[in-house]
Amino acid sequence: MQTLTNRAQPVDRRPMNLWEKLYLPAVVKGMGITLSHIFKKKATVNYPEETRPFSPVFRGLHILNRDEEGRERCTACGLCAVACPAEAITMEAAERLPGEEHLYREEKYAARYEINMLRCIFCGFCEEACPKQAIYMTETFAPANYQRKGFIYGKDDLLIPDPNNPITVKK
Amino acid sequence: MTLLNIAIDWAFIIEKIVLISAVLAVSLLIAMYETYGERKVAAWIQDRRGPNRAGPFGILQPLADGGKLFFKEEIIPTNSNRFLFVLGPSIAMFTACLTSAVIPWGDVLTIAGREVSLQVADVNIGLLWILMVIGLGVYGVMIGGWASNNKFSLLSACRGASQVISYELPMGLSLIALFMISGSLSLKDIVEQQREGVWYVLLQPLGFLIFLICAFAECNRTPFDLPEAENELNGGFHLEYSSMKLGFYLFAEYINMFMSSVLMATLYWGGYSFPYMDSLGLSPNMVTILGILALFLKTFVFIFIFMWVRWTVPRFRYDQLMKLGWHVLIPLALLNMLVTGAVILYRQG
Repeated sequence: MQTLTNRAQPVDRRPMNLWEKLYLPAVVKGMGITLSHIFKKKATVNYPEETRPFSPVFRGLHILNRDEEGRERCTACGLCAVACPAEAITMEAAERLPGEEHLYREEKYAARYEINMLRCIFCGFCEEACPKQAIYMTETFAPANYQRKGFIYGKDDLLIPDPNNPITVKK
Repeated sequence: MTLLNIAIDWAFIIEKIVLISAVLAVSLLIAMYETYGERKVAAWIQDRRGPNRAGPFGILQPLADGGKLFFKEEIIPTNSNRFLFVLGPSIAMFTACLTSAVIPWGDVLTIAGREVSLQVADVNIGLLWILMVIGLGVYGVMIGGWASNNKFSLLSACRGASQVISYELPMGLSLIALFMISGSLSLKDIVEQQREGVWYVLLQPLGFLIFLICAFAECNRTPFDLPEAENELNGGFHLEYSSMKLGFYLFAEYINMFMSSVLMATLYWGGYSFPYMDSLGLSPNMVTILGILALFLKTFVFIFIFMWVRWTVPRFRYDQLMKLGWHVLIPLALLNMLVTGAVILYRQG
């Protein structure tokens, strides 16, 4: 019979010889193997104290970015919501009023911007779709909450703090 | 002499009470830390770290486990026999602790001119006592499985009982070969003989091997843990047990493990004796204390072997287990006995 891989091994069906029948040599050999594992490097990391380095393409929780003057980049174009295969992103657009130029970069902004982290599959399409480079995925992961509604991240969860004025995030 | 005329030796009574308390406390403490040790050894063998959150290196883990067991909900099944249901774990715990009575934990300590023997009871039927207690231990398993009123538990208890009984035979037979050399059933005598001569493991290697295998089976440790076979029988004979009653069963297993290790060290590896102990030129009390340490060192080695084997050898199939006991170990033990007898006769001329 043709084998699927070159790693196939024929089954040895010869009757066991006396050495194999004694069973104890095999046990001793096995104990040697387990003993050698005691001195091996541990495969686990002490998680909260040490974290494993992520690969550069790791996709964690989202952030909404600001520009260099601290204004929100997002213009509520909705391309991220369209690109999202899990339909996790919802938003409402609003028009910038006079006097809010220091808050929003363009004439339109997202009054409400929500990502349902229970739906999100962290595919990164929103990041790719965004024409304004407003949404990015970070290396933060493992969100935890006691209630399902806590997983719907609003703007105050997503927006990074203003580098010029850290208390500008609207509640 | 009438009973009333016997002067009560108060120092003797106090000495024994202190000794009994110490032995019980030490065995409970060691059993506690065996649970921790087991998890650590398992972790190391599986390239993990093991418990390391509670206290430095996780050494408070047994307290956390115990606290958890105490606060868990206690359930007694409606259709179980309540009296027997509570009796089962009690018997398991009781018999596990009984063995310690005849084990010599050390030689004689001289305190304020009094010679204090570090053995609770130096009876001349010490080994018979141990075999009897091991035989009683099966009642814990059997009653627990029966009182649960659960087919899986009962099946598991039957397996456990037949396993313990099957392995008691070769264990007894291998010990008979040991008595033939020692000529005494007192554990103290056996240790003293090894102190003067050679350790009996050199004279009885096969007997020791059989005893070791049987000790694994009697303690229901892997590869002989069929009464607790969780993947075949939903957890085995203690399936219906919860909170501290389950804790007692598990704890009894660890005490049994400790006692078997002490027994193996005592019977075959010289007990509290160690090489050149009498030619060190130390004071007798110092030698005794070193002897206690030697006994515990040997014991810990055996406890480690128990754990090491647990994470190496897979569980036996039930028919394989019975075949090993009846077709291999009993004939081997008989052969060992015959050969020992023949050698003794030959040397007597």
